[in-house]
Amino acid sequence: MSMKPGIRLWSKVSSVSVVVVRPAAGEVTLTCGGVPMIEHEPQNAAATAEGEGPLLGKRYTDEDSGLQVMCTRGGAGELAADGRPLQMMNPRPLPASD
Amino acid sequence: MDASILLKMVADVAPERVAVGPARSGLTYAGLLSRAEALAGGLSGLGVDHVALVDVNSALVPQLFYGASLAGLPFVPLNYRLADDALRAALARIAPAVVVVGEEQRDRCAGIDGVTALTASQLPAGGLERVGPGDVSALLFTSGTSGEPKAAVLRPAHLTSYVLSTVDLLSAGADEALLVSVPPYHIAGISSLLTSVFAGRRILLLPSFDPAAWVELAHAEAVTHAMVVPTMLGRILDVLEAEGRTLPALRHLSYGGGRMPLPVVERALRLLPHVDLVNAYGLTETSSTIAVLGPQEHREALASGDPAVRARLGSVGRPLPSVELQIRDENGRTLPAGEPGEIHVRGGQVSGEYLTHTATDAEGWFPTRDRGWLDAAGYLFLDGRADDVIVRGGENLSPGEIEDALLAHPAVADAIVFGAPDVEWGEVPVAAVVLRLPAEEAELRDFVRARLRSAKTPARVLVRDALPHTDTGKPLRRVLRAELLASLS
Repeated sequence: MSMKPGIRLWSKVSSVSVVVVRPAAGEVTLTCGGVPMIEHEPQNAAATAEGEGPLLGKRYTDEDSGLQVMCTRGGAGELAADGRPLQMMNPRPLPASD
Repeated sequence: MDASILLKMVADVAPERVAVGPARSGLTYAGLLSRAEALAGGLSGLGVDHVALVDVNSALVPQLFYGASLAGLPFVPLNYRLADDALRAALARIAPAVVVVGEEQRDRCAGIDGVTALTASQLPAGGLERVGPGDVSALLFTSGTSGEPKAAVLRPAHLTSYVLSTVDLLSAGADEALLVSVPPYHIAGISSLLTSVFAGRRILLLPSFDPAAWVELAHAEAVTHAMVVPTMLGRILDVLEAEGRTLPALRHLSYGGGRMPLPVVERALRLLPHVDLVNAYGLTETSSTIAVLGPQEHREALASGDPAVRARLGSVGRPLPSVELQIRDENGRTLPAGEPGEIHVRGGQVSGEYLTHTATDAEGWFPTRDRGWLDAAGYLFLDGRADDVIVRGGENLSPGEIEDALLAHPAVADAIVFGAPDVEWGEVPVAAVVLRLPAEEAELRDFVRARLRSAKTPARVLVRDALPHTDTGKPLRRVLRAELLASLS
């Protein structure tokens, strides 16, 4: 699975799409709802994923591999790297400064 | 990932929201993206390595920035106020390049090998074939207060790291509008574009700063947010006071980009009591803000009876959570709170890279060349540029402190202090002043001596009609030093 920064990945089982912000240190498989994500937008993504998925605009990370992705389209199905659920990064909003 | 991905996300979720320009007739996020894509197609067919801009601010700037980003090309906004030879030398350095010019700038940018000058209407449009981020997002020339301007290299990861660690997607209310009055070649011009787009905050661009025009546009477009450099704020307050206006829609005003005199902050708090003030400190090389003093901290400092808390009004606040900051001495030793030294920073948004060299060390720490110190609670106080420190008989003097003392004199309208060579002391402070009332040199020197002490008293006070500043108001001490040296030799 190509993990260059900026690469967009799509879920095969829901509307979820993410962009890689920081690649993993080694080879990992990113899944949504347990199914590996793919590098091209599926023609007809199944809507079979269940459970709460990522939220639009939020970043998710896998501490073990260093992988960091940002959700560009929300939907169902938990994100996981090699089976490890990704954690949402807690935003620390700052006053606008520029 | 690069900045254009952030725009695509916003255009995907809020395509009809206005991104740039008047609320009724401005360009939407979908419109901005489609214009940028068309420009990217044209730009990528030109066979150039850089997309430069020599013009005042306009709605074209965001389109061109994202267009260059989509084409994988660095955006290089240049200072249109540069002298012809400096401007042409900068352009020659980035060839092969296309330079987008205003009508008045066209002839000045013509006839340079490998550089094609085009006005906005001459820009080709085309279908975009090349995809994927370029290696460099922007080349920005530093203001050059303590040396010749350097071309800072900002890569996609620096800019996106800054945006993602400071802003939430579409976190701005639908009524929010930001007035941008810094020029397009200033880092805040770039960073305000990036953070506003990601937050979904409409941007209004002032072609070039004029205090009356600023107040007029802020009023007409019900501007809620603005960022200004210190000299702008003083002049805006003058207009508000003279015209008795209060800008009721404005609720958030950030300032930065130079030393802000305390009396101006206090005046702003008094004239605009309904406005949240934010002081931001950052550098071109750090993709903008690395420390902020927030609205609540301003109010607490102003209301506090504790001198240490009160003093924070003169600080630049605390470092961003995503940035590490240390004060170090000249031997690289990390200093404890209270001790002044050079500010070093590290973080995802910190570049520290120039076209010619990289200033960061192996661990990623960037020496800012700014001097400062942290108080016990972690608030950062600035103490001028490291290169501006005057070493008199082994003692370090800060020119800013002496300038403040001179400015407290009713006759002094402007003052810049710099170090001049001296046989006895090695270096001594010399002041150049602009007077609004007649005053003798001896009187001004006595005035400083009474407030500071004799070591900090200027050896000479030169009276000038005007003093050299960068166009965002930073003092150009090196120009005065060179003039004095030339007059002595």
